Amino acid sequence: MSTMNDTMLATIEADAGLKAALQQSRIDVIGIIRDSGMKGRGGAGFPTGVKWNLAAGVHSDKKYVVCNADEGEPGTFKDRVIMSDWPDLVFEGMTIAAYAIGADEGIVYLRGEYTYLVKQLEECLQKRRDNGLLGHSIQGKEGFNFDIHIHMGSGAYVCGEETALIESLEGQRGEPRNRPPFPVNTGFKGRPTIVNNVETFAWASAILSKGADWFKSFGTDKSTGLKLFSVSGDVARPGVYEFPMGITISELLNQVGGEGAKAVQIGGASGHCVPASQFGRTIAYEDIATGGSIIVFGPERDMLDVVENFLEFFQDESCGQCTPCRIGNTKLLDGVRMLKRGECSMKYLRELVKLGQTMQIAAKCGLGQSSPNAFLSIVENFQNEIMGRIPASA
Amino acid sequence: MTSKKNNPCADGTCRVPTSQRPQTISTDANNGDIGALVTVVIDDQEVKVPMGTTILEAARSIGVKIPTLCYHEDLCIAGVCRICLVEVEGQRTLQASCAYPITQPITVKTHTAKVRQARRHILDLMLSEHYGECYACFRNNNCELQSLAKEYGVDYFRFGHPEKSRHKIDRSSYSVVRDMDKCIQCRRCVRTCIDLQEVGVLEALGRGDKTEIATYLDKPLGDVVCINCGQCINRCPTGALRANDPTDEVWAAIDDPTKHVVMQTAPSPRAGICEEFGMEAGTPMTWEMNTALRRCGFDKVFDTNFTADLTIIEEGTELIIRLYKTLVEGDTSMPLPQFTSCSPGWVKYIEHFYPERLGHVSSAKSPQQMFGAMIKTWYAQINNIDPADIVSVALMPCSAKKFECNRPEMCDSGYKDIDYGLTTRELAQMIREAGIHLPDMPKSDFDDPFGTATGSGVIFGATGGVMEAALRTVIELITGKKVEDFYEHADIIPVRGFEGCRYVELQIPEEVGPVPDLIKHLVPNWDWVKGATLKVGVAHGTANAKKVMEDIKAGGKFSECHFIEFMACPGGCLGGGGQPIPTTPEIRAARARAIYAEDAAYGKAGKPRKSHENPAVLRVYEEFLKEGPCGHLSHKLLHTSYTPRGKFIG
Repeated sequence: MSTMNDTMLATIEADAGLKAALQQSRIDVIGIIRDSGMKGRGGAGFPTGVKWNLAAGVHSDKKYVVCNADEGEPGTFKDRVIMSDWPDLVFEGMTIAAYAIGADEGIVYLRGEYTYLVKQLEECLQKRRDNGLLGHSIQGKEGFNFDIHIHMGSGAYVCGEETALIESLEGQRGEPRNRPPFPVNTGFKGRPTIVNNVETFAWASAILSKGADWFKSFGTDKSTGLKLFSVSGDVARPGVYEFPMGITISELLNQVGGEGAKAVQIGGASGHCVPASQFGRTIAYEDIATGGSIIVFGPERDMLDVVENFLEFFQDESCGQCTPCRIGNTKLLDGVRMLKRGECSMKYLRELVKLGQTMQIAAKCGLGQSSPNAFLSIVENFQNEIMGRIPASA
Repeated sequence: MTSKKNNPCADGTCRVPTSQRPQTISTDANNGDIGALVTVVIDDQEVKVPMGTTILEAARSIGVKIPTLCYHEDLCIAGVCRICLVEVEGQRTLQASCAYPITQPITVKTHTAKVRQARRHILDLMLSEHYGECYACFRNNNCELQSLAKEYGVDYFRFGHPEKSRHKIDRSSYSVVRDMDKCIQCRRCVRTCIDLQEVGVLEALGRGDKTEIATYLDKPLGDVVCINCGQCINRCPTGALRANDPTDEVWAAIDDPTKHVVMQTAPSPRAGICEEFGMEAGTPMTWEMNTALRRCGFDKVFDTNFTADLTIIEEGTELIIRLYKTLVEGDTSMPLPQFTSCSPGWVKYIEHFYPERLGHVSSAKSPQQMFGAMIKTWYAQINNIDPADIVSVALMPCSAKKFECNRPEMCDSGYKDIDYGLTTRELAQMIREAGIHLPDMPKSDFDDPFGTATGSGVIFGATGGVMEAALRTVIELITGKKVEDFYEHADIIPVRGFEGCRYVELQIPEEVGPVPDLIKHLVPNWDWVKGATLKVGVAHGTANAKKVMEDIKAGGKFSECHFIEFMACPGGCLGGGGQPIPTTPEIRAARARAIYAEDAAYGKAGKPRKSHENPAVLRVYEEFLKEGPCGHLSHKLLHTSYTPRGKFIG
C-alpha cells in the first residue's frame, strides 16, 4: 500500500459523513465517535470522543475547533499528504466536530514549512463555502454556522503541543501552559477549544460516513481503526502507508522493505527506539504508541549518532521554559558525546538515566516528558554498542 | 478557578502570556462550585480547602513546606522551575504544586523518593548553569538557590558547574546591574516587569538551551524603557539582578579628609533596615541608624523628611496655582490633575509611556534632589564650606534614585546635587563592614539645620503618604482650622491602605480662612474653593498607575481629580527596589506600620505633624528662598523639567 490511492481513506465519499452527522443530534455524533474507539492520531492517544464530549459539555458563548497541522515530529509527513490529497476530508471532519461541540470558528494551525499548501487549501475552503459546506446554516441546518481560517505557524516544534499551539495562536511565544485546566475547558482566548490532529479529523469524516463498527473492524480492541504511517530511513520503499493499528513491527518492515533493520524509532524523536529483538511488538496504544513516524535504522547505523541527532533536536526545540527540559536535554546530549569519545563513566551514565527518568515525570509538557525516551531506550537496548566505547579505566 | 488569595492575577488583568500563569476554570457549569470546600490529603494530613486553592497553598496552610523558586507571592504563577513538584495519586507525572488548582479530592505526597530525586536533579541542573562563587555575591546568605542547595543536601555538582563566564555583565544602567551568569530562568523578573509593573522590559529570548532573559533586541538595560524601579531585583531569587553599588566611592569620600560627607536618610530605609540585621520586619531603626552613620564616618546626618516637607510646600503651592489658573482664570496652560513627582520610577515611566501627559507632572523635584540642591547652596553658604568639597549621599529605599541623581538636569546648585544614592541594602553592608551591629546602637538625633522634620515627611514612605501630607497642609491653609477638626489625630484614613488605585473626595467647608502670608502674593482669597469638592487619587505600582492613566485618557473619574499621587513601587517607597530582600505583602505591611507609628510618635511627642509647621522649612523661606514657594530661586533650585522619551529605542 505504498501508493496512497490504495488506502481506505482514499475511498471515503466526500461529505457523506458531514451530511450523516447533520441528520443526527450532537450527542449522537459524539456517541458515534466515542463508539468508534478512535484515539487522537497525533500520537498522545487521547480518545477523540471523550475530548469532544468534554468540550460539548462546557457552556460558552464561543468555542473553537483547531486543527493541529503543525506536523513537526521528525520523520512525520503523513499530515502533509492528507492536506494535499484530501483537504476536504479534514475540513469536513472539523465541521463535524464544530457541529458536535457547538463551535462556530475553526482554525487550521499550519506548519510554516507548508506555506506552499495555503493557496490550494484556501481554494478548497472557498469551494466549500460556495457549496454551502461552510458558512451560515450549513447544509440548511438552521443555526449551524461555522467557518475555517488558516493560521501559519512559525517554525517551533513545541507548537505542536496543543497549549503551546494555542499560545502561539494568541500571538505569544509558543510555550505550553499549566494544566489543568485543559483546552477543552479553557483554550483559545479562554474559550473551550478542541485541538485535534489533521488525521483525526479525516478519520472522523470516515467514521461518520461508514460507521463506528466499520472503523472498529480494523485494529485491536484498545487501538481501533486504521492509521497512516510516515516511513523513512533505511528501507527500500519509504513513504506514507495506511496500516491497521496493532500491526507488528516486523510485518510493517516487510511491507516497506525494511527487513534486516537493526532498530526502529517509533514515534519520532520523542518516541521509542525498538531493537530487532522486539520487532514482534505491536504498534498500538497499549504497546508502542506513535503519531505515525517510523524511522528505520539499518545494521550500519551507529546508535549514538542516532540519539545524538535526536537530542540536538530537543536541545534546540525545547521552549526553554522549564528546568528539566531546557537543561536536561543539554546534559543528555553532552553525555552522549562523552560516550562517543569514550569518556563517560558507568556511574555518570547511570546518573543520566536517572535524569532522563526525572525528565519524563518532571517536565512541564509532553515535549520535555518524552524528549529523553530515545536516549533511555537506546541506553537500555543497545548497551553493548554504546558502552563499548567506555575506556577500561573508567 | 483559582483562589483570590496570593494570586495577583485573579482579577483578570494579568498581562503575561497564559503559559506563565495558572489557568482559571470559570464556566457556567462550575461557577457555583467556586468557594465550595474540597478535601485534600497531603502527606497523610487531611485538610479542607476552597476549590481552586493550589496544592502549594493547601500544603502551607497545614505547615507542610514545599520548596519554591519561580513562585512569588506578588506574582502570577509560571510553574516553570519545577522545584515544587509533588506526587498526586493517580497521575503518571509529578505536578507543580504552585500551579495545580485543586478541583476534586486528591491525595498528595510531597517528599516521596521520586519527588526527592526530581528536586535534586532540578537543583543540580540549575547549579550546572549557575556561574559564580557564593562568596563573591551580594546575595550570599540571602539566596534562595543557595538555601535550597543546603536544604536538599547538594554535596557535589552532579552535572558539573560552569568554569567560565558566558555572559557579559550589563552595567549600562545607573540603577540595575544584570549578571545573567547567575540567572536560573525562573522568570520572576519577567513577570515582575510585565505584570506587576506593566513595563515589559524583560522577556525570554531564544529557545531551548539558547533561551535567555533579555531586553528588546538584547539591548543594554540603560538603553531600553526600563524605569529603574528595581522591583525585579527584589524578586530575583539569586544574584542575577542587583543595584548599581556605589559603596566603594562613598567609603573613598569618607576616607578623604578634604571632603565633607553628608548623608540624608529617607523614611523607608529606616523602617526596613532592621530586616538586614535579622530583626522582625517593621522595627524602626531611625535613631540607631543616625549613630551608626556617624560611626561609619559621615560628617552630618540629615533627615530627608525636611525636604519632604519642603516638597509639600512647593508642590502644594504649585497645585494651588494650577487650580487657581484653571478654575478661576480659565488658563489651561497647567493642566489638571496635577501628578506627584517624587517617585523617580514613576517619572521615568510617564516619560516613556505617557510623554504627552508630562504637563501634569509637578515640576517640584523629589525630596532627595531638593535636599541635594539645598546642601550645596544654602547649607554650604551658612557653614562656609566650598560646595566642591561636599559629597552628598542619599540613603533611599530605591534603585531609581541612582538614575535620578545622575540626570543631567540635576545640577542646579552648580554641582551634582546628589553625588551618590545608596540603597537600604548597601548601607546595611557598609554598617556591617564597619563592625557595627545596628540594633545595639544608642539612639541619636539628626543634625541641624535639616534635622527638624514632621510626621508628614515620614509618611512619604507609604503609598498615600504624600497625598495625606499634602492634604493636611492644604486643609489647614484653606480652612484656617486644624486638620484634627476634620480627621481624628490628623490621620486621613481614606487615602491610606494598599488598594492599587484609590479615589477620594473631600468636601471643603463653606467657611474658609485667610490666605497665609507665605502664598498671599499668589492667590488673593479662598472664595473660589468654598464648598468645593476636592478630588484626589492615589496609585502605587506602575501597573496601577497605568490603570489610572488609561482612566484619565478615557475621561473616567480620575480625569476629574485635582491631584494624584503616583508611586512606581507596590506599597510606595517602603516597597522600593533598594529595600531588603525578600519582599512580600506582609513585609510591606509591617514596614508601613513602622512608618505610621513614627508619624504618630511625632504627635505624641508634641512635635509638628504637618509640613507647613516645620520650623526649619519656615526658616529656609525667611533666610534663603525669600520670594517664597515657587518663587524665582526655588524654581531654579527646587524645580525641574522632564524629558518626553517615548518608547523609541535607539
